[in-house]
Amino acid sequence: MEAISLKAQQIFSIGGFGVTNSVFLTFVVMVLLIGLAAVLNRKMSLVPGKLQVLAEIGTEKLLDLMSSTLGSQKKAEQYFPLIATIFIFILFSNLLGIFPGVGSLVVHYQGNQVPLFRSPAADLNFTLAFAVISVILSNVLGAAAVGTFAHLKKFFNISNPIAFFIGILELVSEIAKVISLSFRLFGNVFAGEVLLTIVFSLAPYLVPLPFMMLELFVGLIQAFLFAMLTLVSIALHTSIQEH
Amino acid sequence: MDIDTVRLWATVGVIAIGTIAPAISIGFIGSTAVKSIGRNPEAASKIQTAMILAIAFAEAIAIYALVVSLIVKFVA
Repeated sequence: MEAISLKAQQIFSIGGFGVTNSVFLTFVVMVLLIGLAAVLNRKMSLVPGKLQVLAEIGTEKLLDLMSSTLGSQKKAEQYFPLIATIFIFILFSNLLGIFPGVGSLVVHYQGNQVPLFRSPAADLNFTLAFAVISVILSNVLGAAAVGTFAHLKKFFNISNPIAFFIGILELVSEIAKVISLSFRLFGNVFAGEVLLTIVFSLAPYLVPLPFMMLELFVGLIQAFLFAMLTLVSIALHTSIQEH
Repeated sequence: MDIDTVRLWATVGVIAIGTIAPAISIGFIGSTAVKSIGRNPEAASKIQTAMILAIAFAEAIAIYALVVSLIVKFVA
């Protein structure tokens, strides 16, 4: 059984920058998604082909869900690119993470064998980046929607001591959101990788099937969840709260 | 007890004790969601969305315990 490592291992370096196996698979996912978008864009027609129908169904469902959470269709279309990108990118990363060849193809780097590919979300840098982007953007979009002063008044409210304390708690809760988002995705995907490594080393034929189905399901749910939590956070920040 | 034995017990103990409360709370969330869907079937999709969100929050606590256990085992 190969060594299970908490950190993503470096497979080569460009200049002074060490490229790890997670970053490598992230590039592959990026190229795949950009290629898919380019193909869909070129073959877009009024009478849709199968791929376009799939994309339209997905878009409509996500827009419906967003407009029911945000309250208006206009807001849903405004914040759709962010939420859809988070969902699609994390979904494809998780799905490609259980692809054959990921974790099993090894290269030799600096004396030891490291896997060539590794599930992108099994690297804390990936999930932390997404979490930081999500929290910062939801605050920026909230400030853009209700005004910077009104948004900051939620956190620094000096009208009475209790409101001040609640404002500080809100600030702490934003930081906790970064930690919880990143660790939820990282923990789920890394634990799934460890589970699959162990099951494949114990009984490689037929037995891993239910575990792979579990991984597929978990990957889908975690991608959906990350997008939904970002959406709810944006909805809370951009709605005008009246007491 | 030497440090390796303590590390082994810590790895097992963190994940075993840390998943008790999330499991109970996820059961509560699911049961309340099912009861409220039974009471008001029209709001089923809204209740389902809120339930999935709440279950994710509760499960995150179990994931924190899992990450601590992994860190104890694989890092130092």
